[in-house]
Amino acid sequence: MSIFLIIVGAIFVNNVVLMQFLGICPFLGVSTKVKTATGMSAAVLFVMTLATLITFLIQKLLLVPLHIEFMQTVSFILVIASLVQMVELILKKVSPPLYQALGVFLPLITTNCAILGIAVLVGRSEFNLVEGVVFAMATAIGFGLALVLFAGIRERLELYEIPAAMQGAPIALITAGLLSLAFQGFSGMV
Amino acid sequence: MKLWKEFSKGFFKENAVFVLLLGMCPTLAVTGSAINGLGMGLATTAVLVGSNTVISMIKRFIPDKVRIPVFIVVIASFVTIIDLSMAAFVPDLHKALGIFIPLIVVNCVILGRAEAFASKRGIMESVVDGLGMGLGFAFALTLLGSVREILGAGAIFGWSFLPEGSTTILLFILSPGAFITLGFLIALINVVRRRFA
Amino acid sequence: MAEKKKLPSTFFNMVVVLTLVCVVSALALGFTYSKTKDAIAQGKINKVLAALKDVLPEFDNNPYEEKSTRKEYPGLIFYPASLAGGPVGTAVETFSGEGFGGDVRLMVGFTSDLRINAISVLGQTETPGLGTKMESPSFLKQFVGKDPAEFKTTVKKDGGDVDAITAATISSRAFCDAVNKALNALKQEAQQ
Repeated sequence: MSIFLIIVGAIFVNNVVLMQFLGICPFLGVSTKVKTATGMSAAVLFVMTLATLITFLIQKLLLVPLHIEFMQTVSFILVIASLVQMVELILKKVSPPLYQALGVFLPLITTNCAILGIAVLVGRSEFNLVEGVVFAMATAIGFGLALVLFAGIRERLELYEIPAAMQGAPIALITAGLLSLAFQGFSGMV
Repeated sequence: MKLWKEFSKGFFKENAVFVLLLGMCPTLAVTGSAINGLGMGLATTAVLVGSNTVISMIKRFIPDKVRIPVFIVVIASFVTIIDLSMAAFVPDLHKALGIFIPLIVVNCVILGRAEAFASKRGIMESVVDGLGMGLGFAFALTLLGSVREILGAGAIFGWSFLPEGSTTILLFILSPGAFITLGFLIALINVVRRRFA
Repeated sequence: MAEKKKLPSTFFNMVVVLTLVCVVSALALGFTYSKTKDAIAQGKINKVLAALKDVLPEFDNNPYEEKSTRKEYPGLIFYPASLAGGPVGTAVETFSGEGFGGDVRLMVGFTSDLRINAISVLGQTETPGLGTKMESPSFLKQFVGKDPAEFKTTVKKDGGDVDAITAATISSRAFCDAVNKALNALKQEAQQ
């Protein structure tokens, strides 16, 4: 598959949040303000790309040659958890302002199923290293796009009166549903 | 009876999906049909009971600073055991749930229970907690799956009750339908909770 | 409840416990893997066997054991079927990479005179309710018993005779693409 198709597909047609249902928890939890949404997206882009790169290498250089593919889940999640810890430490030392901006989101990313999900997806696919990393980056951009769009809508929603039972999760979910419906329009593009 | 309370809270008062809003990803992704929802719910319950039990058994030997990685390895191991068992014994369900089986490991419900409950309470209580939260999760997924399957495919548990070729509201088994259905279900449950509060 | 004493978080303790947990985990998983891998492999074979029974005319040999591949046709697997020693047809496991959501894999059963006996879907990841309709009897039955010389296996939109699935042209085209791969491979074999 050409690189261009991979990118367009990952951002729009198969949007990770709105079509593949990965990364829903941060999507619902961190999307109340556009500013925090942008911060989280940047953190996800960073971690997802790195995590996919490392887990890809582990899959191709360790798990497959040794025929221990069944250790995929355990090894991948350990890599992701350690990666997040490391990124936090490094960020603190290297760029305190960046750490201030992203730092609070990093621990949340370990349980972001999008990270593990994409890592496993790439591991099971026929992508090579470059395609896999591009796919991960494009997916993270798609995540950011959905998140920021959603936050924009939610910020405006706060100005309206919402029935008590609908407040919070219900209205957020229904809004997400409509956003997902809009993204359905991209299918058939690729 | 104290144990019953630990068990039943998972169904209503502290239902993982409808009240705690945890484990959303599999909830939305695999509930296109009732049987998939039920299958995922039961698989998650199996992992939850397994991990709660083991963590509760070894809690005294886990140094505090490494507890999260240890929890993760235990949970991931149970997920892999369930993954392999399902591939061997229920291959069609395994294929339908696909990538969301390994994703059970990042289901916040499981890590949450390990941290909040199993690492602090006795083995019997942890087992019961795991069963209650897990089956409550399964209940939520099956309910959502049933609604989506009835409206979107005119069937329930694969049994079609409409004549072939009828139009169904396809939207409900596609992505937007998942969000919208869950949103309305939670709103409905909020109404019920207010009435009975 | 009395606070039970936990192991202190010394470096030594942490490394030992973590390593021990990982080792036990690896052993448990290795054990589970060894116990389940046969069942998993058998499950895959069973699916193919069931498809062979569905798409081939009556046979009494074991097409699975006699399967073959040719390097001119990468990705295709040929299963010859015979009854009382005489060939009755061939099933071809074929695929198309043009599916909307991924590969479409089919088992196409041909009779000895290269008519399509029946087709079974082995795997697809198309849109539920749309492309997935390719597995429904109402779509598949239009291929049963058809002679490709008269029944052109492309969708009507492209000048063929196949009734595509409504609103799922891409999936339908992928389906036809897979069928044609199999057909062309067998035609070339027959000419040799």
